[in-house]
Amino acid sequence: MTVATTAPPDAAQQAAAQQAARRRSARRAARRRRLTVLAFMSPWVVGFGVFFAYPLVTTAVLSFTHYDLLSSPKFIGLANYRFMARDPNFWPSVRNSAWMILIAVPVTVAFAFCVALTVSKAKRGATALRTVFYLPTLAPPVAATLGFVFLLNPRTGPINQVLALLHLPQPLWFDDPHLAKPSLTLLGMWGVGAIMIIFLAALLDVPVHLYEAAALDGANAWQRLVHVTLPTISPVILFAVITGVIDGLQYFTQGYVAGTVAGGGDAGAGSGSSLGYPEGSTLFYPVWLYQQGFQYFHMGYASAMAVVLFVISLVVTAALLRSARHWVHTASGSW
Amino acid sequence: MVTVASLTRRTPTRAATRQRRARFLAAVGQHSVAIVLVIIFLAPFGFIVMTALMSDAQALSGSLWPHPFRWANFHDVFTSTRLMRYAGNTMIYALLSTAGVLISSIPVAYALSRLRWRGRQLALVVVLAAMMLPTQVTVVPQYVMFAKLHWVGHLAPLIVPNFFGDAFSIFLLRQFFLTIPQDYVDAARVDGAGEWRILLSVVVPLARPAISAVALFSFLYAWNDFFGPLLYVGENTSNWTLSVALANFRSLYHVQWNLTMAATLLFMLPVLILFLAAQKAFIEGVTLTGVKG
Repeated sequence: MTVATTAPPDAAQQAAAQQAARRRSARRAARRRRLTVLAFMSPWVVGFGVFFAYPLVTTAVLSFTHYDLLSSPKFIGLANYRFMARDPNFWPSVRNSAWMILIAVPVTVAFAFCVALTVSKAKRGATALRTVFYLPTLAPPVAATLGFVFLLNPRTGPINQVLALLHLPQPLWFDDPHLAKPSLTLLGMWGVGAIMIIFLAALLDVPVHLYEAAALDGANAWQRLVHVTLPTISPVILFAVITGVIDGLQYFTQGYVAGTVAGGGDAGAGSGSSLGYPEGSTLFYPVWLYQQGFQYFHMGYASAMAVVLFVISLVVTAALLRSARHWVHTASGSW
Repeated sequence: MVTVASLTRRTPTRAATRQRRARFLAAVGQHSVAIVLVIIFLAPFGFIVMTALMSDAQALSGSLWPHPFRWANFHDVFTSTRLMRYAGNTMIYALLSTAGVLISSIPVAYALSRLRWRGRQLALVVVLAAMMLPTQVTVVPQYVMFAKLHWVGHLAPLIVPNFFGDAFSIFLLRQFFLTIPQDYVDAARVDGAGEWRILLSVVVPLARPAISAVALFSFLYAWNDFFGPLLYVGENTSNWTLSVALANFRSLYHVQWNLTMAATLLFMLPVLILFLAAQKAFIEGVTLTGVKG
């Protein structure tokens, strides 16, 4: 810095030059930072573009076409959407999926909560209990479904054998169109471990002084549960419900395997003769979408179904988050 | 002292016995709900194991206890199917997917938590939205894309997308990275470390619980996945994964429940072993997913 020792007349000029240099280096640093961010984000930028944004737009475009993968898409306007009204399997598949979301999800979440409550109350062996209840979650869905189709097999299945020993009625389970979805719900309740663990962590986090205060006010166990426990863990309940609903919207594997295996069919690609067995009661929306798109190669119609699924999932998630304002309590006022 | 204690224990008075029995019964009463639940949760495993050890005729007879135990079923499953081939395919899918998810999601999670830049909040919302989107919404164009690349029938369509970030993993890692004290990062920055150095030598070692949870979940997801393999390798039997093979097993073996259950058990086994070996990482990981953001 020899310049710094020279006469004052240069000072103003020099300061300006220094400032410019600083600005230039700041700009260079900012650009470097931006490049760093871009480098870190690049996998997701590419992934989001190729596997989400592009397919999302393309699905919408294909939904207005007739497309079978072999010849190029033919524009047919709203015909795919109009066909939904006449498609004999469309509304039953909507009803089946709605059943899983409206009945199976609340039942499963409530059951998970009860199991977590039991573990949290255990004085001894809580860790062992937690392990036992989490274990079924790990069973691959195909394996678990096969296991349950066998367990609930009406003639020779162990469950009906046990019921027979106890002189109880022996239902047809997966062979009864009214009981197929409840049987799948049982399967879901068996694999409730992940939500149970999240509930358990939340239950153990509820401040003890809240219970003590409630007890001082003369609240009994039930009142403490309703007025202390449930409000305190309501963010976790919201999480469990949203996760359950999202899973319910894409409920595929268990329905597909139960339908084909109980129906005596073959669950591989290209068959699907017994999909939805019995009487279409396990034909869930994603199963029907799969069959239309990838067994019949009605890809335009499958795209239209995908667009409807997209709109439904947006509406349902938004409605859940909006309703959360009324029943989810948090310290900060927003979750 | 020891002898005295053991002597007194060996000669209990009748009252003490009665008291101990009363305490035991009270504990059973308190835990009765838990005990019933344990039986219900374990029963399916029990029935599956029992059936896997029966002869075909016995499995169809509706008896509950194998007589005699037919261990050969497991051997038969191996010899009558290309089980090793399917297990190998599943292992390739699971391991490469896990590697891809880790390599791609860790930097993204870092940029979304520890770097400050305009549009970060929006990018996070996009990740969350992608996480909530049902798979079937984008599946048709993805299938068309892979069909044009002539990848249908191979494992590549299942593996490659994992190298471009997985929304759930990004989110989970981001949540954990946020909890790392800024002081550590600042100290490294003062020492002149660049962002990559900070990520690899400060953040990654501190985030080991979250990273192992993401690795476990990614592995498990691929190991258990059915929709993806059914879609892309369903028509090509030599690239089947275990889940697709098992779904077809029963029709291939004409309702042989004993062999089907033996195969089911073999399919569950690696995952159960993985869990028992890494139980702590699993439970911590699951708890982490429920921590609100």
